Amino acid sequence: MMLKPTWKSTLKALLYLLPALLILVTFNIYPIVKSFLMSFYTNYDFFKNIINERGFSNFIELFQDPNFIQALQNTVIFVIGVVPISIILSLAIAILLNSKIKFSGLFRTIYFLPFVTSVVAVAIVWSWIFHSDYGLLNYFLGWFGVDPIDWLTDPTFAMPALIILSIWKGLGFNIIIFLAGLQSVNEQYYLAAKVDGASAWHRFKSVTLPLLSPTMFFVSIISIINAFKVFDEIFALFNGKPGPANSALTVVYYVYQKFYEEWEFGLASAAAFVLFIIVFLFTIIQLIIGRKFVHYQ
Amino acid sequence: MDVHLDQLTMQFNDTTAVDSITTTIKDGELVSLLGPSGCGKSTTLMLLSGLYKPTAGDIYFGDEKVTTMDAEKRGIGMVFQNYALYPHLSVLKNIMFPLKMQKVPKKEAIQQVMEMAKLVQIDHLLDRKPAQLSGGQQQRVAIARALVKKPKLLLLDEPLSNLDARLRLEMREEIRRIQQEVGITAVFVTHDQEEALSISDRVMLMNNGVLQQENAPQQMYRKPENIFAASFLGNPPINFLTLHKTENNTYVIQGSSQTLELPSMKWQTHEAFQMGLRPEDLYTVPEEEGLFSGEIIHMETIGRDTLIRLQLGDVTVRALVDPKSRLRVGDRCSLAIEPQEVHYFDPKTGERLRGGNDNDAQANLEKHA
Repeated sequence: MMLKPTWKSTLKALLYLLPALLILVTFNIYPIVKSFLMSFYTNYDFFKNIINERGFSNFIELFQDPNFIQALQNTVIFVIGVVPISIILSLAIAILLNSKIKFSGLFRTIYFLPFVTSVVAVAIVWSWIFHSDYGLLNYFLGWFGVDPIDWLTDPTFAMPALIILSIWKGLGFNIIIFLAGLQSVNEQYYLAAKVDGASAWHRFKSVTLPLLSPTMFFVSIISIINAFKVFDEIFALFNGKPGPANSALTVVYYVYQKFYEEWEFGLASAAAFVLFIIVFLFTIIQLIIGRKFVHYQ
Repeated sequence: MDVHLDQLTMQFNDTTAVDSITTTIKDGELVSLLGPSGCGKSTTLMLLSGLYKPTAGDIYFGDEKVTTMDAEKRGIGMVFQNYALYPHLSVLKNIMFPLKMQKVPKKEAIQQVMEMAKLVQIDHLLDRKPAQLSGGQQQRVAIARALVKKPKLLLLDEPLSNLDARLRLEMREEIRRIQQEVGITAVFVTHDQEEALSISDRVMLMNNGVLQQENAPQQMYRKPENIFAASFLGNPPINFLTLHKTENNTYVIQGSSQTLELPSMKWQTHEAFQMGLRPEDLYTVPEEEGLFSGEIIHMETIGRDTLIRLQLGDVTVRALVDPKSRLRVGDRCSLAIEPQEVHYFDPKTGERLRGGNDNDAQANLEKHA
């Protein structure tokens, strides 16, 4: 039953919302607003918290910084490298796990493990896998006659190494979401499609994909946002450096460098703001595309 | 195309859902698979569709053995209980889907869809999504989708069970109309005897995976082959009285002290047998002419019928009586029946011994529904 909001009911609701709201405002909303304002501080005495001058020069400086341009490029490469492969791979695995196989519960747990494991632990294990002399990956590639690759020290291969790690790390979450989506698709549609003469591929294309589109939409938005925010994996995989010769420098890593290492608060805030705008635009584009292709039941 | 089932058997783990069914469905016939839930009728349909593969036995479409052929290749049309219309496709695209799978050119496909939509009278709804349709309209779309590829066999899995009572009546006549207009062989699964008996050419009655009886609807009602067939058909249900022979060669009704004598029982040599009496065949008579008598414990009038329930010792008997008779609850009442209307069954095997009337008097199926 919907009642009209009254002052009394609003106040009562506020009371319940207050605890969570306090924490959110203190640790999320306030910093977001503050960093947005801070991006316009061009002359700032952070010891005394005195703002001498405001302006747009941070943004100008940002786009003249080759490191930032590099960070933007790397981030885009990272997103393009991770998101599509991660979605295709996790959808394929989810479909396999959804079919009638033995020990499917066990497999689901195994695939979900990377997601719940600490990034640092995962990165340490992977840094051994990527090790140029003793790494499993090079050993495996050696079977196919591939010469050892300096995954973590060669600027050409640092980004691929990071992408591989990130795909693997993100797989579990996507698989779980896809599995939930697949299980909500009524079996009857597959039976009907079979009777209608649809082959396995057509059943996937004409039944699974459209009915999974809300899930697909959710997963792609979350994946893209997460990929744009990548930081922990880099920090852990390259021992607190943005890869050899800045080859794995991403926007968030750039923000981190400016903020914590160089104390350029204005510049860091401006970079964070630029990232926000990019993610925001991407999400808007996805929403528009989604409206056309996503079928809500 | 005749459809022939040969010793068809389906086992799920320990349970036998379908137990060696052998029958032939003739070309152009509408056959109902009737039975209580869990009797194997839907499994039989799934076997016909190819969505299930039998554990033993064979299926023939005409001369072709299709036992192991996949559903995709059988070229059958199927209407599912909840219609299973693709929710993301418009009515047009739903109906066109089977044609798209056959790679029919688009122009031609649309034309065939239009034809089919006209046949099932939904040509004004082609742009809608399934969610925007009523149950009856969804049903029509499902039938159109099943028929558009001109299948040789149409399967309908409880197609009317999700509709309300009035619409059900309308749709069942529609299904009959469409089936006859197209001239397609159709198999119709239902648990509703009224549905089965009203529209089918032949009824196949199943119980526990076993085919109990297959006949023309009226025949099955008039001459049930066993106790199950007699008890499953008819509403209100048939009355059963178990009779035991006494020392002086009369029969006593089990659970009561009343003895019973009928001329047609002369042939009886059995120590005990079961007598089936349809409620509509019983009529009230003066005390001395009655077959048996008892106290009226319940009475209800629905529409044109008056149903009474009579207590005979431990057993009760239902009878449909003349609404004009001035009977009241608590009255004593005697009932009689024409001898040829009595069904006799062996209580051990459940098989029919004798009785039942072949002549085609109007059965009382819908009267009390």
